[in-house]
Amino acid sequence: MDVRDDVVDILAGFALFADLSTPQLESLVETFGEETYVEGDRVLRQGLTGSSFYVILDGSASIRVDGVDRASLRAGDYFGEISCLLGVPPTADIVARGTLRCLVLPAQELESFLVGHPQVMYRLLQGEARKVRTTTRWLS
Amino acid sequence: MTDRPFPPARYSLLVVGSGPGALQLTYSLRRLGVEHAVISQDSEPGGMFRRWPIFQRMLSWTKPYANHERGSTAYERYDWNSLLGDDDASRAIMPRIMDGTSYFPSRPEMQRGLEAFATGTGLQIRYECRWESTRKDGDDFVLTTSDGEYRAPCVVFAVGIAEPWKPSVLDIEGVQQYGQLRPAEQYADKRVFIVGKQNSGFEIASGLLPWARQIVLASPSSAKLSVDTRTLVGVRARYVQPYEDWALAGGVVILDASIERVEPSGAGYAVHTKSPADGRQLVFEVDDVIAATGFVSPLQDLPQVGVATFGQSRIPTQTPFWESATVRGIYFAGTIMQGSQGMRKHGIPSNSGAVQGYRYNARVLARHLAEERFGHKPEQRRLRSEEVVPLLLSEASRGPELWHQRSYLARVIGVDSDGGITDEGIQPLAHFVDGGGEHDGVAITLEANGKDDPYPAVYVRAGGRLVEHLMGSHPLLDFEGPEYQSELSGVLSGVLGRAPATRSAQ
Repeated sequence: MDVRDDVVDILAGFALFADLSTPQLESLVETFGEETYVEGDRVLRQGLTGSSFYVILDGSASIRVDGVDRASLRAGDYFGEISCLLGVPPTADIVARGTLRCLVLPAQELESFLVGHPQVMYRLLQGEARKVRTTTRWLS
Repeated sequence: MTDRPFPPARYSLLVVGSGPGALQLTYSLRRLGVEHAVISQDSEPGGMFRRWPIFQRMLSWTKPYANHERGSTAYERYDWNSLLGDDDASRAIMPRIMDGTSYFPSRPEMQRGLEAFATGTGLQIRYECRWESTRKDGDDFVLTTSDGEYRAPCVVFAVGIAEPWKPSVLDIEGVQQYGQLRPAEQYADKRVFIVGKQNSGFEIASGLLPWARQIVLASPSSAKLSVDTRTLVGVRARYVQPYEDWALAGGVVILDASIERVEPSGAGYAVHTKSPADGRQLVFEVDDVIAATGFVSPLQDLPQVGVATFGQSRIPTQTPFWESATVRGIYFAGTIMQGSQGMRKHGIPSNSGAVQGYRYNARVLARHLAEERFGHKPEQRRLRSEEVVPLLLSEASRGPELWHQRSYLARVIGVDSDGGITDEGIQPLAHFVDGGGEHDGVAITLEANGKDDPYPAVYVRAGGRLVEHLMGSHPLLDFEGPEYQSELSGVLSGVLGRAPATRSAQ
């Protein structure tokens, strides 16, 4: 199996991209870059500008704020979108727990990607809504 | 053959390759007094530039005339192709070799430049010694070669990423790959379908424009142009002519489509495509199909030894100092260094895939190996506090490492607990930012964001906390004026622990 086919198959199983056709997924794989990290690597760096939008293909990562692990992420999860959408530095480190494989899209390309793929934008919006709901519950 | 250097034996360090990455590394190691062996399957230096680019002209420029004296450090910003020597004879070799007809050297000129560097500096390489397999034996790696077994606890592989790769959908007899093309004139009056819209695809299309009846360039996503991304990401201007032909409806077709299947049809092929945007299907009857779908690194059995790779090009995952992230003692040089991704700020990769980027990485790697593996501790220059700001701003304005490796290599200043300041030279920025370190320090680099002019970025580590400070750009890209001195002095006043360093200079 080609490396590209492998990624397309993985993405087809993620809720974020569930509405995309195979040619659209192939286009996405060409548009996004792929990066791999090992244990302890920082993917996002708290307080530093110029970050990107990431989708975890394989592996897991910690959300670390001021050196304290707060939550974890796994395959199918995405991160960096708030920083990209608002143009502000990330408020947390994202740190690889073991080998972590991600697709990555630079912040400056996120808007055109989402506008060009409204189904993904809607799914992303649902994800953000769930985060707000969780936070609201936690605060109350 | 009896006087060939480095016969099979155990060495403390072994380098595999004789392309520009290996040449720069072995040169830099020798200058630092690090004994090592170098083997290569080729018969002469130059690596892939002995054959490619296939249309025989480089994609990277060398300006014979620039605002800095040829051979000076600052001139390196304008000369992307010369390797880095320490004496006049081995510096800025390329502009002396080029014939003046183009500021892109021809491939033969590039080859001659690399040969001149290797010969002129007296580099020792055991040629025609082919690496065949690898295994681990205790602390050593054992490389079986066509000449016998080599053992070393530390091996640097500089074997390029020049093995053409194609997806299974193109795995059909007669589909050509980069390096398998016929002479251009044999495509006269042919319909040519090129899969891939990166530089190799556009290079082929450019070369066939005078010959082919029709050219189709197709891949699922849109072509990016370097003049739009303001980075080396995207099709370089030299190869944009087919794009203009398409834009002006001159006959070239540039298509965003996935390749559904390719099948024989008459004397040629039928290529079935599908649009990711609207699902529209098209069938192209063509004479030739060319796969310009990328390259992989010929790592042979290194993955079986434990070397992890990533992406379609199967590039090794690496630390900031280009060591395999999964197998200690295995390092990489040359274009494979792009596997050490660094900060990738704004999503922009390093230039480690190109000579003008990895030649600097090689020098940093040589110093790292000398210090970490051989205990060579070069004396670091002590600085007075008032020297710091001018040094850093000079680096931001003229330092070729920073210009060619933006947000990737940085000039680093260390500050001891007793207030002593040392020049720690050029380091990977990711090492400074993520490596932590006990002492305070400052790193300066140039940063690009894909839309504006480059600007200096300063990272200050004090008391275990790292802070980023981005400075504004300048229309002439000169960052040494009083406003920059004043701003940087303010930024550094805390970490330098004394009065602003440039007060006397303002």
